[in-house]
Parts: sequence; structure tokens; C-alpha cells
Amino acid sequence: MSQKVLDALKAKFGDAITSTENQFGDDIAWIARDKLPAVALWLRDDAGMAFDAPVFVTCIDRLDWKPLHRPVSEHFSDESGKDSRPRFEVCYQLRSSTHRHRVRLKVAVPENDSRCPSLAQLWPAFNWQERETFDMYGIRFDQHPDLRRIYLYEEFVGYPLRKDYPKDKRQPLVRRDDLPVGQKEQK
Amino acid sequence: MGVELATTRLEDAVKWAKQSALDKTVNWGRKFSLFSYPFVTACCGMEFMSVAGPKYDLARFGAEFPRFSPRQADLLMVVGTITEKQGPALKRVYDQMAEPKFVMAFGVCASTGGFYQNYHAMPGCDQVIPVDVYIPGCPPRPEQVIDGLMMLMDRVQQGRTHNQLQRKREQVISELTSAE
Repeated sequence: MSQKVLDALKAKFGDAITSTENQFGDDIAWIARDKLPAVALWLRDDAGMAFDAPVFVTCIDRLDWKPLHRPVSEHFSDESGKDSRPRFEVCYQLRSSTHRHRVRLKVAVPENDSRCPSLAQLWPAFNWQERETFDMYGIRFDQHPDLRRIYLYEEFVGYPLRKDYPKDKRQPLVRRDDLPVGQKEQK
Repeated sequence: MGVELATTRLEDAVKWAKQSALDKTVNWGRKFSLFSYPFVTACCGMEFMSVAGPKYDLARFGAEFPRFSPRQADLLMVVGTITEKQGPALKRVYDQMAEPKFVMAFGVCASTGGFYQNYHAMPGCDQVIPVDVYIPGCPPRPEQVIDGLMMLMDRVQQGRTHNQLQRKREQVISELTSAE
């Protein structure tokens, strides 16, 4: 659909584009994490790209996930050939209203260093969405103007949309003082 | 007058029989003038509108019209899912209501959390405030709501209020803890 965007990205940035792929008609470019702001700035400002419409930013937790249609370690294998695929993928979906093409930028984020450059300065619409991603997945966006929880309360511990968050774990703010402590709250 | 005695609890029947004529009169007036405060959070609100509208017409039972301040309301209707984050707000609304006050959990989400079992949904608003009547259903049929309201009216006629429920609960808890 917008293969020319991927080709232009590869021609312009070379090694910063780890790989490209096409999924269900959406073109995806995997970006090296530290190069993301430069790539995004060029995508926004270049006249041939002109990505002026930020669509969404979200995160995918790849805990225990193995794609069927290609080798697990296709993108992120170290020299030993062992699967060192990072746990999180941060996705930025962009669209251009002038050229009517779209592209998805993906950044691989490892679990022990869950940081990602913020694009909220380039597209202010990403501000709250990055906060939501931080709220739910614990991805820390560097240079974000105001990285706080957006949906959950400050007292909340953990990140609920991570796959290893227990689905029935509760963190109540208030309780009735006359209520006996049940088993559910003990977890 | 047999309706008010339609209870399965002997203690309620005894209580009703012991009431003075003045109490019965006051409770009779009170049960036909339950002003409601709908705490509407979710899709059950549509069903609340239906049951409050002309077709099912909750006003027939004196639950005349929704107040816009909890201070003017007798009946707190918790309509829809309550999240953990809403807990303090719900408790504050309840605390602002003047005695005697009653709470109705409208639908399964308000009663037990419904089909939610996750990080944000509270498993029933009775985790935060005491509840008099639970209405099942997702959403409940208007007939169920009217049935629940009539159950509540029976309770009001019997002179049972929250505080009595609460005292009963405290009594049970103290018995349980002293037995240990």
C-alpha cells in the first residue's frame, strides 16, 4: 500500500531501519530505538512524506508469544542464534492526509530497560496516548512532557495490561470498615 | 395490608407487629415517597431510563423523580459498573445522603461485578457502601426493577433501615470473631 514509504525510509536511514514487513495491508518499519525521534521528525517534515495525522500509539506484550508464520528470532537474534527477542513492541501508527499513505513504526523494547523515546513533542496528540501506554504497560517515554498515569489512580501498583499481571488482582482504594476481609482481597 | 407481611423472616413479621400505629403511618408515607439519586455509570442507565419513563413508570410507586443532589435523596440507585477508582466518589455520595437512606444495586455489575474480573472493576458496590436490595440482570428487566423496588418498600414499611442492617452485620462479625 505504501511500500514507497518503506523504500524511502530504508534509502534515507539505512541501518536505523532494522527491518520492514507487511501485515494485512499495513506496512511496518522496525526502527532502532535511539533513532526513532530522527526518523519520526523526517517523516513529519519531509514534503514527500508529510505524516500529519498521528493515529495511535500502543504497546504489545510478547510474553510467551511465538509467531507461526516466521521464525521467532528473525529480527532480534544475537550472535549465538538464541532468541533474544525483546518483550515489548511499541507501535506508532501514522497517516498522511495529503499523500493518503500510512505507515506503522515499531520499536522493540526489552523488559529490563523498558524505555522508548517520546514523540509527544512532534505530534501533541501522542501525549495522552503515551501516558496511557505508560499506565497500562509501564513503558517509560523519555522526554515526555508529563508522564503520569492517566486512567488509573496514583496508588496503583503494577501495570495491568502486562500479560503477567494477575487478572483477578484487586487494588481497592476504599473499603467498608464493617466488611469482613474476604479471600479475594488477600492476593 | 397483607403485602407488608409477605416476608419470609419471622423477625420482620414480629417487628412489624410490634410497631406502633404512628411508626406504621410514618413508614407508610416514607415508602411511597422514595426520592432516588441515580448513580448511573454504564449501560444499565438505558434500562433505568426505560423503567423511569412512562411505559413502566416507576413514579407509580412514589419513587417519583431523580434528585440532582444526594442531600435531597432517600434512595441511592447504583446503576452500572463501579470501578475501583470510582469507589471514593460513590462513598462520598452515600455519606452525603441524609438518614434514612437506602441503596439499590441495579444490575449484576453493581451487585457482584458481573462479568468483569479484572484490575479495574469492583466486585459489587457493597464493597464500599451497604446495599439493601440487589437486582440481578444484565441489564435487569423493568419488571425486575419494579419487583426490587417493591421489596425495598416492604422493608421500609417494616422499619428496617441501613443502620439496622449494619448493626446486624456488626453483631454477626463480633460473634464470629469472639468464637475464634
